[in-house]
Amino acid sequence: MNNYLASIKRCKIYRKKILLLSKKLSALHIAPAFSCIEIVDFIYSKFINKKENIFIMSKGHASIIQYIVLNEKGLISNKELDRFCKPNGILGTHPDYGTPGIYASTGSLGHGAGLAVGRAYAKKVMKQKGFVICLLSDGELQEGSTWEAVMMAANKKLDNLIFFVDNNDFSGLERMSVSHKAFYPIDKKFSSFGWQTFKVNGHNYNQINNCFKKKNLKPKVIICKTIKGKGVSFMENVPIWHYRSPNEKELITALKELDNEK
Amino acid sequence: MRNKFADVFFEESKKNKKLGLVVADISPAGSIEKFRKSFPKRFINTGVAEQIMIGMCAGMAQQGMRMVAYTIATFSLYRPFEFVRDDICYQNLPITIVGIGGGVTYSTLGATHHAQEDISIATSLPNMQVICPADPLETEAATKWCLKKSKKPTYLRLGKAGEYNFTKISNEKWSFGKIRLIKKGKNIAILSVGTVIKIAFDIINKSKNNLKDSSVYSFSTIKPFDTKTLKKIFKNYKRIIVIEESSGSGTVSSQLKAFAQEQRYFGKINTFNLKDEFIHVYGSHDDILKSHELTFKKIIRKIK
Repeated sequence: MNNYLASIKRCKIYRKKILLLSKKLSALHIAPAFSCIEIVDFIYSKFINKKENIFIMSKGHASIIQYIVLNEKGLISNKELDRFCKPNGILGTHPDYGTPGIYASTGSLGHGAGLAVGRAYAKKVMKQKGFVICLLSDGELQEGSTWEAVMMAANKKLDNLIFFVDNNDFSGLERMSVSHKAFYPIDKKFSSFGWQTFKVNGHNYNQINNCFKKKNLKPKVIICKTIKGKGVSFMENVPIWHYRSPNEKELITALKELDNEK
Repeated sequence: MRNKFADVFFEESKKNKKLGLVVADISPAGSIEKFRKSFPKRFINTGVAEQIMIGMCAGMAQQGMRMVAYTIATFSLYRPFEFVRDDICYQNLPITIVGIGGGVTYSTLGATHHAQEDISIATSLPNMQVICPADPLETEAATKWCLKKSKKPTYLRLGKAGEYNFTKISNEKWSFGKIRLIKKGKNIAILSVGTVIKIAFDIINKSKNNLKDSSVYSFSTIKPFDTKTLKKIFKNYKRIIVIEESSGSGTVSSQLKAFAQEQRYFGKINTFNLKDEFIHVYGSHDDILKSHELTFKKIIRKIK
């Protein structure tokens, strides 16, 4: 099976696992996780197999997909995943530094970029190999701190730094292309700050992969056009699913949809 | 103090290749300039951008470096507060945040540059250690400890330049987490926090009554709070005076009063702090302290 088809298969399983976990929690942040599943799958399958590479989930509210993948990789046990957000467990809605496979405590938006820049720069100072990868939500690009980090990364010519932006066009409250028109274009903002910039379909493994084949000349950003809630029709682009978990009936419908998906 | 910090930092940086400094557009004083020239990669200026100063420090520390964030106290702690809290304290990284010009040191710059509440804010943060040296000598010892020994986040509050070395007469070595006896006396215990130790020495040098024969302690580590030494002080003195250039709930004054209550200390306690006000006054450092009623004369009058 080629990489593209294998990714589709894995991501379908991940989505189902997340839906099933949602039975245990009323605010699972399903939709923001569904929008970046293919990106996270790509990052782990392609990069985090090497020890020197580091991945920071700056959009910490989507950590559930990270836990699912870490569970697949054996770093987080089934028992721990079952205790997600429970008093005796270690996994919460937002990632916590020290949890196996978690490189930063995030959750408050606008922090991951700076941490990633610090790590990438330290790698240069200490002559360490490897890349630092950071996944940001598009809403996080409204934080001034993100742009402080973007500027510093370019100043320091960090060609070992790669940002992914999960551009699902929604912050928690509303669609940004409607409420914050000056937010776009994103790519030109990054390129004017001195970044190598790409735009891809964030649900397509091959398109993401193609950007990676290009040599890193400076900090690289891959702006991934995505659909919030991708994979379940009634969740797609509907703001309430930023937080909400489905009821029993909705869950059955959602699982069926994923099964029937080609 | 600033220069002493810089000297120690430069010396340590020659021995430890993982030591780095991130500043936010502050002109490097004294030996920091030498550090910058000798090790340009380990000196990072983020420009007028404090959130990335803290974020980068945290990321670099996670990657194995020993990091220091350095700028004026208001900008090292207040402006990037949530980054200090989440990136450094929540992740419990051994980073030193240096706040230059703590208190009202920047006396002509107005309240935007006054760090009156820095101790209160810093002590409120879980995992944060808080050190406020009295003079250049204590700065030297504290800086060495921060760069070599500390395993947790530390807020190191420094003054500016030209402070007199009041603690040189002490028989006790500076030690992290410990109240330090500087001059032994009999009558009252004067606990001073930071550079206002000069007021404590004014009290014993200039007063004509039995205040002359008082003990002066430097309360340089505010968090963790040295309750062990305090218990001894409660036992040995019937009167305690606290002098500190800060206001708010986490200060030595407020912590000491609460602890005294808990320990059923029945002696007298007088505390002298900055007022809980933005004072629109300019002039010398002493002028601003005067408008906060933090002077030798005012204190003498109040404790008669």
